[in-house]
Amino acid sequence: MTATLEVRDLQTHFFTRAGVVKAVDGVSFTVGRGKVLGLVGESGSGKSVTGFSIIGLVDAPGRVVGGQILYQGRNLAKISEEEMRQLRGNRIAMIFQDPMMTLNPVLRVDTQMIETVLAHEKVDRETARQRARDALGMVGIPSPDERLKSYPHQFSGGMRQRVAIAIALLHRPELIIADEPTTALDVTIQGQILAEVQKLAATTGTSLIWITHDLSVVAGLADDIAVMYAGRIVEEGEVSAVLDAPLHPYTVGLIGSVPSRNKRGEPLRQIPGMTPSLLKLPAGCAFRSRCARADEVCLQEPALFDLRPGQRARCFHPHLEEVAA
Amino acid sequence: MSAVLDQQSATVAADTPIIELRNLSRRFEKKLDFAGKLAKRLGAPVREETVHAVDRVNLSIRKGEVVGLVGESGCGKSTLGRMVAGIMPPSEGTVLWRGQDVRSLNPAEAREAKLRTQMIFQDPYASLNPRMRVEDIVGEAPQFHGLVPARGFDTYVDEQMRRAGLDPAFKKRYPHQFSGGQRQRIGIARALAVKPEFIVCDEAVAALDVSIQAQILNLFMRLRQELDLTYLFISHDLSVVEHLSDRVVIMYLGRVVEQAPAEQVFARANHPYTVSLLSAVPRIEARKRAFTTVQGEIPSPLNPPSGCHFHPRCPHAHERCKVEVPALKEIAPGHFSACHLNDRA
Amino acid sequence: MSDVTLDKAPVAPKEETPFRRFVSEFMASKIAVGGLLVFSIIVVVALLAPWIAPQNPYDLGQIDIMDGRLEPGEVGGSGITHWLGTDDQGRDMLSGIMYGLRISLTVGAGSALIACLVGASLGLLAAYAGGRTDTVIMRLVDLQLSFPTILAALMILAFLGKGIMNVVIALVIVEWAYYARTVRGSALVERRREYIEAAQCLALPTRRILFRHLLPNCLPPLIVVGTIQVARAIALEATLSFLGLGVPITEPSLGLLIANGYEYMLSGKYWISFYPGVALLVTIVSINLMGDHLRDVLNPRLKK
Ligand SMILES: Nc1ncnc2c1ncn2[C@@H]1O[C@H](COP(=O)(O)OP(=O)(O)OP(=O)(O)O)[C@@H](O)[C@H]1O
Ligand SMILES: Nc1ncnc2c1ncn2[C@@H]1O[C@H](COP(=O)(O)OP(=O)(O)O)[C@@H](O)[C@H]1O
Ligand code: SF4
Ligand code: SF4
Ligand SMILES: [Mg+2]
Ligand SMILES: [Mg+2]
Repeated sequence: MTATLEVRDLQTHFFTRAGVVKAVDGVSFTVGRGKVLGLVGESGSGKSVTGFSIIGLVDAPGRVVGGQILYQGRNLAKISEEEMRQLRGNRIAMIFQDPMMTLNPVLRVDTQMIETVLAHEKVDRETARQRARDALGMVGIPSPDERLKSYPHQFSGGMRQRVAIAIALLHRPELIIADEPTTALDVTIQGQILAEVQKLAATTGTSLIWITHDLSVVAGLADDIAVMYAGRIVEEGEVSAVLDAPLHPYTVGLIGSVPSRNKRGEPLRQIPGMTPSLLKLPAGCAFRSRCARADEVCLQEPALFDLRPGQRARCFHPHLEEVAA
Repeated sequence: MSAVLDQQSATVAADTPIIELRNLSRRFEKKLDFAGKLAKRLGAPVREETVHAVDRVNLSIRKGEVVGLVGESGCGKSTLGRMVAGIMPPSEGTVLWRGQDVRSLNPAEAREAKLRTQMIFQDPYASLNPRMRVEDIVGEAPQFHGLVPARGFDTYVDEQMRRAGLDPAFKKRYPHQFSGGQRQRIGIARALAVKPEFIVCDEAVAALDVSIQAQILNLFMRLRQELDLTYLFISHDLSVVEHLSDRVVIMYLGRVVEQAPAEQVFARANHPYTVSLLSAVPRIEARKRAFTTVQGEIPSPLNPPSGCHFHPRCPHAHERCKVEVPALKEIAPGHFSACHLNDRA
Repeated sequence: MSDVTLDKAPVAPKEETPFRRFVSEFMASKIAVGGLLVFSIIVVVALLAPWIAPQNPYDLGQIDIMDGRLEPGEVGGSGITHWLGTDDQGRDMLSGIMYGLRISLTVGAGSALIACLVGASLGLLAAYAGGRTDTVIMRLVDLQLSFPTILAALMILAFLGKGIMNVVIALVIVEWAYYARTVRGSALVERRREYIEAAQCLALPTRRILFRHLLPNCLPPLIVVGTIQVARAIALEATLSFLGLGVPITEPSLGLLIANGYEYMLSGKYWISFYPGVALLVTIVSINLMGDHLRDVLNPRLKK
């Protein structure tokens, strides 16, 4: 398997007045060709910052301070702003929770899409229009010719998100980073978009990083999963391995608290306490204050241990005993 | 003071619902602006647009029940919840509190009925007044309405906070000093402080992280037992509704399309909309599955489809569906559905 | 059941109130602090004028017409060094400015305060009541704002006549609309927030919801507008007095002082107009510096 993207020990910090926020602190993962990586975690765990770091869009006072982002043998953390711009929207695209981050409210959809095509490729306008049309069709927008002439505000939220995805697809990117693109949408609309995306990944060989806090979405969509907590990956592996036999106490708690994993009417299993502030992380394992298995060993910082083939967890006392039946 | 209603509740038959909605409707008119009015005068085909946010809803909720209200965004769930809580007047229809039309109550009784129904909101940030301390947020209403003697006030506030899982040591703090889950607890303490019997939870856990969501849902269930509460639990998250409701009501574009005991809805959904909704929910058990989809968009409530509102998206739609509004009929004991297919069998 | 365990609140080093945070953010800007410092000095000088001014410019007994138009630094007949010179009546300019500041600040702040009370109440009512009440109030606001301020004030004063009280009335009439519009704008946003619905659920009376819940959350933009309007009111009063329709000649404000010296400008006796002008400028600029920074500090959109 050749990797489309390899992230090694990525560190992105925000230098705020209150102190240094280590939003991403040593994250490593690999996305294979045509594979979907699900990046999950609670809000503030560093998922979006990881995504922004890859495409070089971290806002001040933030900065990538360490690590490598290897794409086709090049380290994206080191290339110039101009080279990054060439890659962005061309080979690597990003989809946001709010589609209006991508769309310009005062321009017609066709103008925006054609401009996007022309920005990176030397084709005539008619070809560009054709490409735009095809992209809209690919994400399931009915009568794309008519829709091209509309303004973004004339679309519903779900349609707008599809247009944003279509724009991301224009250059047949090798990698799409999607940051909670369906979180604000209704389940029926989310279902439609997930179906289109799944088809795309399968047919075009595009790799996807799908950022979400919803384990159920990842379960149906992704090949691999990486669970983040307080700026680090605490567990990673194949989706079925991690979801069926989680190793890290946080993953176990997260899966356990999903209502459908609990008996109706009974109290839900819950993780006590709350996410610690990144400004004052406790020494050792960041999950310590909420972990039932914590002991003195956990005052040391756990590494990401290889615990089963293809499954790793950052924990000294992983749930190894509960082997999948 | 609560004697009025306590006495009354004793005399009312035990099976009288705590809340009953009869043909409840709420319309929102989008007023024409000046140019629109002028155009209309000159004969242009503009009209004042009307949204039927809630369209002739009938519902009764018994004491101690948890009723889940499900539907896509904009289908009228919050509007219904607000009317039940008495903070939005209906356009038509009646809300009965313990069998009595709330509009026929005298001011003291009306206030009493209003206090007995409280709401918990979705946004843990916008639902707390940022300029008040926690103790004032929780204690203002009980103090104002004289529910606690001045001397017992401090311990009363402490008790409310503790019950919602908050340390009373933090009662002098402001909302911005708390996390999302803690703020939601403050909102719960505020509601409980006026001794409600009925609570409308409007997407009360939607904005919370999964692990925090479980904590708050558990709190709701514990309080239900401790205080004998009745809930109208509004949510778009079917798995949450399945977990804690006794009965589920499904809404589509302002109308109730199906209503049944929770197990029935999840095991034997009748209405095609409910069926597609259930199939669209991502499940953690499903691996690399093909996502099934409901076709089409949610139609604009400004211009809803004729007949059965669901017909443009319904795989079983036939001619009759385009012209005739299906009535909500009982198809099995306690199981209601509004679909013409049920007349065929 | 483990959810009974109490959630620990985040450890805040000090009890952080919104006010404390506001103060520390305000203090972060050197320019704004400079503005505050200068303005405080001006206020102190104005307050203490009767004790620190070399002369009481309103007391004709202390003024000698023979000292008229002395240059800055000259010593007059009464033995006072006139650091900023004297005017044509022989009044010490430094004392005149100190006393003039009193009048200017009182008129400016007083009219702004009254206009704020009137405007904020009307704006709040318009936003909360909506419908016809809103329409009527907002049409009045539009009417008021579409009129050139100075022209409106001149007309009102032409009708009412001169006098400090009348100037204040005129300023209130031309300024309340700014406050009304500001408060209505933010109240319209705030009233849709869920904490207002929560207050309604708790059966609290409308008056209480308006003034205890809605108003405090509309304060930030009101403070910004208030600050800037004080500066505007001072400038407006100066203009009116300069045009001879403002305060009476016996109690000259800065504007009137400038007007008095205006005719001597060309004959080289610049100081009679110049120094009151500088005082006016410094006052207005210092207020605006604070106002600009307040706008940044209090704007929730600029916050994370
Ligand atoms: N104050 C209002 N003025 C005009 N229209 C309104 C108002 N409140 C609600 N509506 C409309 O009524 C319909 C139902 O709104 P409601 O807020 O109840 O939906 P909902 O099901 O709660 O949706 P969501 O899940 O997005 O909150 C929507 O079409 C909405 O635009
Ligand atoms: N502009 C910023 N300034 C300071 N801290 C930031 C900024 N953006 C993000 N962070 C911090 O980085 C951490 C991770 O944020 P993010 O990746 O957005 O979380 P999520 O997992 O919800 O996507 C959070 O603690 C957040 O507060
Ligand atoms: S390392 Fe220790 S504290 Fe951290 S998750 Fe594992 S057992 Fe818990
Ligand atoms: S009435 Fe017709 S359109 Fe409506 S749900 Fe039933 S079959 Fe479908
Ligand atoms: Mg995010
Ligand atoms: Mg809602």
